[in-house]
Amino acid sequence: MARLLRFIFYGGIVRLIVLIVLGLNVRHRERLPTLGPAIVVANHNSHLDTMVLMSLFPLRLLPKLHPVAAMDYFLGSRLFSWFTLKVIGILPIKRKVERGDDNPLEPCNQALRDGQVLIVFPEGSRGEPEQLQSFKGSIARLAENNPAVPIVPVFLHGLGKALPKGEAILVPFFCDVLVGEPLRWTGDRRRYMRELDERMKLLASEGNFPSWE
Amino acid sequence: MQLDVSPAVLWSLSGLYAILIGASLIVVLLRWRGPDNQRAELVQRIRSWWIIVTLFTLAMVMSRQVAVVFFALVSFLALKEYLSIVPTRRADRRVLFWAYLSIPLQYYWVAQAWYGMFIIFIPVYVFLLLPMRMVLIGETKEFLRAAGTLHWGVMTLVFGISHIAYLLVLPQEKNPGAGGAGLVLFLVFLTQFNDVAQYIWGKLLGRHKIIPKVSPNKTWEGFLGGVATTTLLAFLLSRWLTPFGWPWALVAGVLISVAGFIGDVTISALKRDIGLKDTGTLLPGHGGILDRIDSLTYTAPLFFHFIFYLHY
Repeated sequence: MARLLRFIFYGGIVRLIVLIVLGLNVRHRERLPTLGPAIVVANHNSHLDTMVLMSLFPLRLLPKLHPVAAMDYFLGSRLFSWFTLKVIGILPIKRKVERGDDNPLEPCNQALRDGQVLIVFPEGSRGEPEQLQSFKGSIARLAENNPAVPIVPVFLHGLGKALPKGEAILVPFFCDVLVGEPLRWTGDRRRYMRELDERMKLLASEGNFPSWE
Repeated sequence: MQLDVSPAVLWSLSGLYAILIGASLIVVLLRWRGPDNQRAELVQRIRSWWIIVTLFTLAMVMSRQVAVVFFALVSFLALKEYLSIVPTRRADRRVLFWAYLSIPLQYYWVAQAWYGMFIIFIPVYVFLLLPMRMVLIGETKEFLRAAGTLHWGVMTLVFGISHIAYLLVLPQEKNPGAGGAGLVLFLVFLTQFNDVAQYIWGKLLGRHKIIPKVSPNKTWEGFLGGVATTTLLAFLLSRWLTPFGWPWALVAGVLISVAGFIGDVTISALKRDIGLKDTGTLLPGHGGILDRIDSLTYTAPLFFHFIFYLHY
């Protein structure tokens, strides 16, 4: 039942909105992972980001696709939790780690061992529309824990115009999706972060988008 | 509800497919002689034409309402493409939403055949409302540029394009042979044909640049060759599709080919201003939807008022 709903949600409603109301210009689509395990990292400006990333993959991969999301934000009432877990299919993780907790990334490690494809927004939360924020360090830790898993950086542009944080009205805009070369664990956290950061900036500059003032 | 599809319209649509099949065969023959990059784009372009013509045909034969919705969708995609490539202000996000709302309303007036509202809604009401909404937000920096940009987009891509749809709801008895659908086919086919004809004549004979600052590949030979071919075709098709006698058919042909050229270079100027080659990637081989309907933004309103004055 939930599987069917998820299929209808992403295969029908989400694709309709993403492809007709928004519309995508995808560059280097061939760099996207075609099977798990893999991690897709992207900048985060809008709730639509997840919907767009999910629509980039063929529907046969849908059961394996999971956006990693903050437990405190996305697990509210029972109905909302059911929707986010079963239909949107998030993988909930704890944002704040307390003393004595297990590794908060363990659910991600487990999912990757099971061959899943994770969608991660290492900026943490949706920032100011159309501005790149620096990535949080846990993405390097995730890479270190899973050195064999490719991490594919994706730069999204335009979604912060269509539906920025705190706005309820969706305004249609064509959005750009730039997929970068997959990056594997390089052996050093700081260097890895720098590398990832540079790839995102490179993708952003490839698009040459004007700032939105 | 059912749009009576006249034999003239069906024959014309079949003619479109004959041309497409011919073009595809030529491409297959060219491929035999060895592939190269330019041909790859040609293959994509013709493949996109197949999809465009199929959607257009379905819209035209299903019902008048479907056809009106089809053109509303064309306006929507074009306005979205335009607003995505031109610089907009962050403060105007909600104003853009109102600009989009003009599309369902404008096409509703078309479906109701309410000419009085159709013809003033965007030039008067939307023109006055959008700046008012902008003032309520209160951002004055770049106000004039933002208001002008938005209005130009809504005028060309919603108001202008909606004239194609209004041809469908004109009284059918004034064009007993083919009805409104015949006029749409005449206008759209000749406009698109003219683009191709100007391109081919330019490739074959092009020597003298016509407007090098805006569109360096366009030549006088291409332009005049296109005008001549399109006018000849207008003369041939007018008997079946329009109420024109031969003198007015020739005028219509000249009008469509000249206006089509101007529409084309106007969008070229816009692209050059922004620094883009294509307006999007919606139609592989063509670019964006604006690249395909650029000529129609001029031919549609001009042809509409030409025939409206003469016959309605």
